[in-house]
Amino acid sequence: MLIFIVRRTLWTVLVLFTISVLVFVIFFKTPGVDPARAIAGRNPSPKVMAEIRHQFGLDRPFPVQYGLMMKKIFITHDLVSYSNQGTKVIPEIGAAAPATLSLVFGAAIIWVVMAILMGVAAAVLRGTVLDPILMIIALIGISMPVFWLGEVVNLVTQSRLHHTFLFSWVPPLGYTPFTQSPVLWFKGLIFPWITLSILYIGFYARVLRANLLEIQNEDYIRTARAKGLTERRVLFRHTLRNSMITFVSLFGLDFGVLVGGGALLTEVVFAIHGVGFLTYQSLTNLDLPVIMATVIYGAFFIVLANTLVDIAYAGLDPRVRPA
Amino acid sequence: MAIALTESAEPPAQTTPDLPPEISGRSPWALAWRRLWRNRIAMAALVLFLLIITVSLVAPLYAHDVARVNPFANNLNGTTVINGHRVPLMQQGGGILKLGETPIGPTWDISHYFLGADQQGRDVMARLLYGGRSSLEIGIGSAVICCVIATVIALIAGYFGGLVDAVLSRLMDVIWAFPVFLLAISISTVLLTESSGLSIGPFHLVATSLWLPTLIIAFIYLPYVYRPIRGHVLSVSEKEFVQAGIAQGASDLRLIFSDILPNVVSVVIVLLPLMIATTILTESALSFLSIGVQPPNASWGTIISDGSDLLYTRPWVAIAPGIMIVLTVLSLNVLGDGVRDALDPRAKLRVEAG
Amino acid sequence: MAEQLLEVRNLKVSFRTEDGVVRAVDGVSFTVSEGETLGIVGESGSGKSVTMMSVMRLIIDPNATFEGEVIYKGRDLMSLNQAELRQVRGSEIAMIFQDPMTSLNPVYRVGWQISEQIRAHERVSKQAARARAIELLQAVGIPHPAERVDDFPHQFSGGMRQRVMIAMALSCSPSLLIADEPTTALDVTIQAQILELIRKLKDEFGSAVVLITHDMGVVADVADRVAVMYAGRIVEMGSKHDVFYDAEHPYTWGLLGSIARIDRPKPRRLTTIRGLPPSLINLPPGCAFGPRCPQRFEMCDQVPELAPRAAFDHTDACHLDPTIKRNRRDRTIHPELVEGTNEQSA
Repeated sequence: MLIFIVRRTLWTVLVLFTISVLVFVIFFKTPGVDPARAIAGRNPSPKVMAEIRHQFGLDRPFPVQYGLMMKKIFITHDLVSYSNQGTKVIPEIGAAAPATLSLVFGAAIIWVVMAILMGVAAAVLRGTVLDPILMIIALIGISMPVFWLGEVVNLVTQSRLHHTFLFSWVPPLGYTPFTQSPVLWFKGLIFPWITLSILYIGFYARVLRANLLEIQNEDYIRTARAKGLTERRVLFRHTLRNSMITFVSLFGLDFGVLVGGGALLTEVVFAIHGVGFLTYQSLTNLDLPVIMATVIYGAFFIVLANTLVDIAYAGLDPRVRPA
Repeated sequence: MAIALTESAEPPAQTTPDLPPEISGRSPWALAWRRLWRNRIAMAALVLFLLIITVSLVAPLYAHDVARVNPFANNLNGTTVINGHRVPLMQQGGGILKLGETPIGPTWDISHYFLGADQQGRDVMARLLYGGRSSLEIGIGSAVICCVIATVIALIAGYFGGLVDAVLSRLMDVIWAFPVFLLAISISTVLLTESSGLSIGPFHLVATSLWLPTLIIAFIYLPYVYRPIRGHVLSVSEKEFVQAGIAQGASDLRLIFSDILPNVVSVVIVLLPLMIATTILTESALSFLSIGVQPPNASWGTIISDGSDLLYTRPWVAIAPGIMIVLTVLSLNVLGDGVRDALDPRAKLRVEAG
Repeated sequence: MAEQLLEVRNLKVSFRTEDGVVRAVDGVSFTVSEGETLGIVGESGSGKSVTMMSVMRLIIDPNATFEGEVIYKGRDLMSLNQAELRQVRGSEIAMIFQDPMTSLNPVYRVGWQISEQIRAHERVSKQAARARAIELLQAVGIPHPAERVDDFPHQFSGGMRQRVMIAMALSCSPSLLIADEPTTALDVTIQAQILELIRKLKDEFGSAVVLITHDMGVVADVADRVAVMYAGRIVEMGSKHDVFYDAEHPYTWGLLGSIARIDRPKPRRLTTIRGLPPSLINLPPGCAFGPRCPQRFEMCDQVPELAPRAAFDHTDACHLDPTIKRNRRDRTIHPELVEGTNEQSA
């Protein structure tokens, strides 16, 4: 088991290295693009441009440039955002993380619970009219662009029905840290949670249902029934337990992507200043250092999530464990 | 062959055993098509999708002949006719202080600003149809390009194996390792906002070309299509009929195209509608973030972005394109499910209820 | 005379499919007495597995319809509710399946799975159930049972896994054990061991056994009585001796003739049965075996009843007169022994 973890860690490092090189290549080496101008942001003065050239070693060989960039991001943490009056990027990302984590964790809890309920219900109620109804709902869920759904939710809760008792308690868009006011933190996150989770509920309910139905045809489920177990036990201890293998591994990947900034559309629409929002801002401002840093940090979280998922997979499926 | 009889006067006479009647065969494709045809919901979804395509295709017709507008030109001082009265497109009294301008809302009159105007005074309905063209062109185009290229690479990698496979698969893994949306954002930012587009040798694509988002989206989803197809190619390559072909001395090219490809095509056909749904959603997200379709072109995503500033006053500008996306993606998902069920060789013994 | 344990009366099982109604089991009746071993033989698609799975009501297909009765110890299993059925499954009637690789849940330890069955039917503690599991593993011949009890199924070989299945099936001392092609997926040498194990344990536990197989050799080894199935019907049933030495149905002759015998002179070619099994959607009118039967004559257009024609306890479903059969049988099964015939029958 130890060797397994060591191997996975080495692999993770390799992947991160590759990604960082790729990011670097994309941003610095794409034909027709001048990285100095991009880093400098809008309307740079010649003095700033010269400073940038020096700082980032743009007149030095490729590996040196790469090394300098990585040093700024990971070691000295003095990657500076020129478009944003020289704010330090790394601490900025750190400050934005709690908002993203709050959003993603809350949504994840909702979507896992709901997806399991829906998926199991659809599989159990197969043959009745409720099965296709649940699946159509799930299908609609995955067909809605999340940013549009967010806008519609805002339209209803902030504007059209805001004065009614249903939504008058909804605070204005934005994120309130938990330490500042737990109640506002909660109220301000409910609708972002719901919006973000709808897409995933739809997807996971369908995946789970398909998986459950597939597993129900497996021989070992037939054996379980032949043993005289109750249908409920067969469903939960055998069918659902085995479908968790796929469910958890998919979940881990999606969760990792979201934590790494994948929720940026939701954050933008609900004005939650998380890592994703930061990425978006840097896009509109063409703030290259911030974009690069958020991309690399995002990739880091996702690769980390992949590794954790592999380990979890081994925990769930003993066949995969090294002997 | 009958047994020779030696006994005499046997009441039961010997007869030649009858063989079962000829089994009339139907190709798996014909069977699958029949199953799909019978799936009414999937057929309805297909019709809806084709309807949306048709409506989008007639965008120029609508803009020119019905609404008589130019959906891409600013029209801040323009006017239109509502209930016989000539009205300016930008109404006074918008904004928090009621000092700004608000575009008119939906008139529900098909030839006069059906869904109202946006902040540039442009006809939302006409832009919606043109936006559909862009979104569908990019969505379908990128999905098809992605599937074709991924299939070719998968065929080569899966069939030849060895070093070729290792190199190609590692390449795909690198793209795969990069989180999809981050990759899309990175590349799009660089290519689309630097206004110089992409120049590779003799090819030059301006930043406003729809080819850029198309190629970018096709690129980022390559590994997603490549992996399942390569898996399938590998399992087919091991089957005996391919070994038999090799033993007969068939050339590599012939084996790939006449033996392996037909068996792999079914995987691609199932993936295609779902890929189109995915690419349409991706394009709309990128366009919403302003790193997809660039002005003056419009797509459903850009219109939603335009509409987000007008959300509380003129919600239809943002809502309408979203509804179009939902309908399109929903129909593709339902169709994709139907295609998958039709092609599934282990089709459950489903009997139509009634 | 042993007590009658199980009586199946005119069982019919059909499945609705895209292409029509499949009559998988078309009127099957037989009995099993306490302690006896019944072997059910037939090709794939003959309905033998569907019959026994229907006895346990393990077929949960909404497109399936069932007719007939299954009387076990005086109760009709087809009319029991779910709770009553659960009490029968696993403790009164147990079943082992063909593929031990896929018949055990891969994520749970073997001992846990055996204990689960025990605790589903008896109020015992976890420790007691686990101790019983270890005993059972020992009884089926798994070495180091106290350590192996915590292993996962994938850590066992095929033969060992089947032994685990047998241990699990016998854990509640069932009166009837149904074995659905228990050796088909195993090597021939392991096959013999498993059959020996089943024979030994059935005596120890006092269970009756219904053994489903397509292999006449397996039946010859273990069974007391044999039923031959074809196209969803039983075409011959009797004691092992009767069916092997006095076979009355041409299909059985075909099956017997196709066995290579080392105690007889070598034939030029083994007997084969011409043609293919019939479509269960469009069964031919009259005798289902008719189209392939070399002995077919006019009467065969009517469905033959399964009735005792040769001896009181030996039933068959063939219209041919028993006296004529004797001659034909030897020519069909052992043409090399009958003078004057060099060629094989069709």
